[in-house]
Amino acid sequence: MSVFAAEAVADPGWFLENAWLIPVIPAVAFFGIIFFGKRLPRGGSELGIVSMLASLVIAAGMTLQWISHVDATHGTPVIKQWTWWQSGGLHFQLGQHIDGLAVMALILVAFISTLVQIYSTEYVRGDRRYTHFFAALTLFSAGMLTMVLAPNMVQLILGWEIMGLCSFMLIGHWWEEQANSRAALKAFFTVRVGDMGLLVGTAMLFGIFGTFDIAGINELTAAGDFESKQILMWAAIALFIACIGKSGQFPLHTWLPDAMAGPTPVSSLLHSSTMVVAGVFLVARIYPVFHVGLEINLAGQEFNLIAVIGGITVLVAAALAFVQDDIKKVLAYSTVSQLGYMMMGLGVGAWTAAVFHIFTHAFFKCCLFLCAGSISHTAAHHSFDMKKDMGGIWRKMPVTFATWMISTAALMGIPFFSGFFSKDEIIDSAKHNDYTIFYFVGIIGAFMTAAYMTRATWLTFFGTPRGGAAHFMGVESHDDHGHAAHDAHGDDAHGHDDHGHDDHGDVKHGRPLPFAPSDSPWQLTAPLIILAALAIGSGYLNAPAVGTHWFHHQTESSIGLHEAAGHGEEAAHDEAADHGEETAAHGEEAAHGPEPAEIYTVPPAPEFKWSAAAPGLGLVALGIGLSAFLSKAVFEDRRAPFAGLTRRNKLLGAGHRFLVNKLYLDALYENVIVKAIAHPISKAAYWVNQNIIDGVVNGAGRTGKDVGTWVYRNIDQKLVDGAVNASGTVASETGHALQPVQSGKVNQYGALLFGAAAVGAIVLIITNV
Amino acid sequence: MYAYNFLILAAAMFAIGVFGVIARRNAVTVLMSIELILNSVNINLVAFALMNDTYDGHVFALFVIAIAAAEVGVGLAMVLMIYRNRRSIALDELSELRG
Repeated sequence: MSVFAAEAVADPGWFLENAWLIPVIPAVAFFGIIFFGKRLPRGGSELGIVSMLASLVIAAGMTLQWISHVDATHGTPVIKQWTWWQSGGLHFQLGQHIDGLAVMALILVAFISTLVQIYSTEYVRGDRRYTHFFAALTLFSAGMLTMVLAPNMVQLILGWEIMGLCSFMLIGHWWEEQANSRAALKAFFTVRVGDMGLLVGTAMLFGIFGTFDIAGINELTAAGDFESKQILMWAAIALFIACIGKSGQFPLHTWLPDAMAGPTPVSSLLHSSTMVVAGVFLVARIYPVFHVGLEINLAGQEFNLIAVIGGITVLVAAALAFVQDDIKKVLAYSTVSQLGYMMMGLGVGAWTAAVFHIFTHAFFKCCLFLCAGSISHTAAHHSFDMKKDMGGIWRKMPVTFATWMISTAALMGIPFFSGFFSKDEIIDSAKHNDYTIFYFVGIIGAFMTAAYMTRATWLTFFGTPRGGAAHFMGVESHDDHGHAAHDAHGDDAHGHDDHGHDDHGDVKHGRPLPFAPSDSPWQLTAPLIILAALAIGSGYLNAPAVGTHWFHHQTESSIGLHEAAGHGEEAAHDEAADHGEETAAHGEEAAHGPEPAEIYTVPPAPEFKWSAAAPGLGLVALGIGLSAFLSKAVFEDRRAPFAGLTRRNKLLGAGHRFLVNKLYLDALYENVIVKAIAHPISKAAYWVNQNIIDGVVNGAGRTGKDVGTWVYRNIDQKLVDGAVNASGTVASETGHALQPVQSGKVNQYGALLFGAAAVGAIVLIITNV
Repeated sequence: MYAYNFLILAAAMFAIGVFGVIARRNAVTVLMSIELILNSVNINLVAFALMNDTYDGHVFALFVIAIAAAEVGVGLAMVLMIYRNRRSIALDELSELRG
């Protein structure tokens, strides 16, 4: 058996062996686009798409080989490393760590990147930085893929930082608008705050375990092979701060909604489905560190850092989503909220559910963003304002509408859509693992999700068409906000405009748009349809409600910890049974041994019961109904008791203002923290600069000048020139003195010669006698 | 004994030659004086060779005779050229190289 296993491990299959090609191909393509993109017929986009397709093919082959390992090799990670550089005997390596989690993330990123690039060919067509846009998208994919297959923390940081850079470049793609470049800077700096934690945490992990290898860290942690749990806790906290920044968790979530200033494909790829889950991915990747360090699932624990941050994020972001007028900002807060769910899932020990939520969320949230882009591109004159430029467009955009509804249903967690299977399992696990408070957070979050998505759907697709949508639909505009506001917003949302701004005059008069298409071009709708299909289908990879645990089976080896004994559902699987026995054996030893705390396990997933899911589903239904009723009342009929309630009721008005101002967190960061800390520091630095540094520099300059003058006068003019002149004079005088000797008379020369010879002879004789 | 006489002769010839080189204005006389100097050296060489009973001195003397012949040839040619140009071979008039 062991021989067979060794052989099988030695040859896990070509695609698994060469998975490192997946990020290398887009990385090479990035340089191709940068250097040759502008000379290519389609501006480099073809290079980006081809590279992503190549990556996708390899990723697909790799996935097939991974899931075809059913025997002893099942779940065995394929790890390869090559030395990148070394310093003082320490090897920093690059390579691949392919296991269930990495396979999931690789295929996900490659797939969504491909679709988004196809979408972008139409969406940013004619943009002035078309080539750069595709270069940055491709580089981002390379960075993200580098990160997810990282075998060690160093490569993980490398990919992590490449993503941060690309995020900055793409948010600020239309940097001519100051708001966009400010958003890019804000995203970059806010994430940098968290990134400090990544460096500190990685250094601490190296200090604890003496290795950067993720596999090593996980094994050593799971085996309890560390000196102090206290230090491990601080390492976990430092790393989690990085995750807070990257994954937009409270209180560093403020950058993510502002990041919607970037083009919609960027929002859909980076800021909803892939990059922002990097933080969640990091927690899942080295889960034992967090699980052990923060003592998750310890008997009697009610709170832990990850669950608390995740839980707060779920509720805060969902509340903020209610007061947004910009459709992309609603989706951005929804993303933040869903990321909170993932963190909360990890915080309560529901690793599989959280990772599965990454997987399903990527499809439906990417689809929602692309729908928003499709609406804005085709129907709303490149505006994203739901209240001013949308409404009633469901008739004219059947594909966009259908895909939006499917994805929304998945996001709300309506049964038999993918979001239900992942989100419900997180909520269920919270209850099952005795985190009762987070169970309530979860179902209230589900209620709020259903409500704000219903509001957004109503404003976007139903009711009377307004502004740009009215123009698109060819009906009279009921835009009572005035033309000027609309125009300004249209400019703000987009740097380029295919239709040109002169047709805004038509908007006001509501003249029909005779050439208006019935839906967006195929480049926009094809990715929508594929993603919507996956928004339903992806859920069935791990659907406890219908008894599927396939996803869990494929990824469980990535958790790094064994499942606790007594796992009913998984007993059917051989591996799971093995693990169960092993864990049980460990448990017995531990019971006898002195340190029972040394065995770390994650709790098994709860058994699905419709009765357990019922409260959450009830709240979702209530949220949809209530929100639909209120939306109609407030936005459509303008009925007295509801419309303008926030203006009349002081308490509600205050709450509304609080939310509109994003909990005053931005004000806190910019006015209080930045002003209080950065301004005095910058003033002091300026003073030091002007008085001390400049003084030193000026003093040095003045001294140098004085020394130079003195040297010129005394040394250069007198000494050096004097020596030169003196030698010249001496030579000249000697020459004059010796001039008579050169008489030109041969006789005299002969006399001199013989005289000198005679003198020489006399000297010779005298000395020799 | 012998050598002493030869050396006296050679020294006398050398002195006469030097006097001729320094004191005469006629270029041909100067060349002849140089010949005297060279031959005084030859006498010395042969005398020392006899004294030491070797042949080196003789060989050297032969070489010096050959080179003296060439030197006189070149010298006379120059004197001829000078004469052609200036119709004079008085050395004290040839002072173009004065510094």
